[in-house]
Amino acid sequence: MKYLLLIYENEAAFAGVPEAEQGKIFEEYMTYTRGIKKSGNYIAGDALEPVATATTVRVKDGKTLTTDGPFAETREQLGGYYLVEAKDLDEAIKLAAGIPASRTGSIEVRPVMPTPPVD
Amino acid sequence: MDFESVYRQERPRALATLIRILRDFDLAEDTLQEAFAAALEQWPSAGAPRNPCAWLVSAARHKAIDRLRRERSFAARRERIAWQTESSLPPPDVADEPFPDDVLRLIFTCCHPALAPEAQVALTLKTLCGLSVEEIARAFLVAPATMAQRLVRAKSKIKAARIPYEVPGSDRLADRLEGVLRVVYLVFNEGYAATSGDALVRRELCQEGIRLGRLLRALLPAAGEVDGLLALMLLHDSRRSARVDARGELLTLDEQDRSLWDRPQIVEGLALAEDSLRRSGVGFYALQAAIAAVHGQAARAADTDWRQIAALYAVLLRRHPSPVIALNHAAAVAMSEGLERGLRLMEQLEDTGALEGYHLLPSGKADVLRRLGREREAAAEYERALALVTQDAERRYLERRLREMRGR
Repeated sequence: MKYLLLIYENEAAFAGVPEAEQGKIFEEYMTYTRGIKKSGNYIAGDALEPVATATTVRVKDGKTLTTDGPFAETREQLGGYYLVEAKDLDEAIKLAAGIPASRTGSIEVRPVMPTPPVD
Repeated sequence: MDFESVYRQERPRALATLIRILRDFDLAEDTLQEAFAAALEQWPSAGAPRNPCAWLVSAARHKAIDRLRRERSFAARRERIAWQTESSLPPPDVADEPFPDDVLRLIFTCCHPALAPEAQVALTLKTLCGLSVEEIARAFLVAPATMAQRLVRAKSKIKAARIPYEVPGSDRLADRLEGVLRVVYLVFNEGYAATSGDALVRRELCQEGIRLGRLLRALLPAAGEVDGLLALMLLHDSRRSARVDARGELLTLDEQDRSLWDRPQIVEGLALAEDSLRRSGVGFYALQAAIAAVHGQAARAADTDWRQIAALYAVLLRRHPSPVIALNHAAAVAMSEGLERGLRLMEQLEDTGALEGYHLLPSGKADVLRRLGREREAAAEYERALALVTQDAERRYLERRLREMRGR
């Protein structure tokens, strides 16, 4: 079963982390990703550009409305994700707890809805 | 044949096995209900089967397969029927024999930390204890529709997020067992601590808490804290008939008629508490059970070994620090080492602000001041407690004390 692990962190706080420390965190992500590729859990994963680059899109009466920034202002922002294969929620929780940001931010674990293939 | 007791005894095991086989809480509950109805019809004339649990599981499984066959409107369902009737179902005589672990699987799934705490409690009462939605709703003072919604949401999360139906591995067992024990204690306490609402439902919750404790003890005999929790519940519950007077007013430990305490239950609780302390050492429940045991051993309030209680609270405070335990420790110190000394500990606790807004701090201080004969100060503290208290029976207790202080 597929789970999406959404990584939430306080961007402002992360920006204040010294560069050497940031480099170490990056290394940790590399190690983590390598680990879940080896274990066969990894499907996809990426880091996202900061929310300052975000655009929110809505369509009303056929007209596309765009606004600057994310849909909701929150203390923690979506900063990246992993899409993983896990046998059940317990395994997915274990994978989430391995993500470096689980110590400083939070990880939302969302089961992916099974859907029939679309041709 | 006593059908009610067969129902009580066999239901959790049969349901736990059915959920494993059918992988669906609702389908398992509904078809087991139908199987019980069939048993009620057939067993009196044909005689009860040698293995009632396997009979019930078998009957329910057949009803489930029938039901799934009838639901042919969705293609997806059809696939599921094929999967269930042909490929993955082991031969009936094997499948319907409950695995010893099935009930444990059900317990750990109902108490999974990914479910909201109130949903864990509700699901446990519904599936393991067999309480109706209405009964659970009444116990927690919410509308039946709200409770039904809570259960639906929990069950669909189990399915959609695939919460595993298994006993956690040894690396996580201790951690997860802690969560299970918390749920059992919540069930018990909801019945024990609440003083408003339906008395019958509250009594039932206490009994269910104890029943779950016994069940866990039978399934996990090696876990010391299970014994501790069961001992704690038995010892508290042993005072049920003495806790309120004829008018329903709360009585404190030193006001209770101890001849009304349930002696056999105290004896059982004492043995378990000792056992648990010996094995788990300084477990959270074992220590609290030991404290309840000291009270249980005192024939009169004046005989209470407060020194031992204070020592036990000191250990509890060191191992499991919390401001509420610190308050209880201070009260025990007041009773054993001197009222002034206990009062000072309470004042120090007050200065930390950790218990701000908690009525038991001023009421604890008031009780010590009352014993010291400082009525004016005691009255002021009772008034502060009254401003914070939310429960009716406790409010009446505080009002009674306040009248006493002013009357003198």
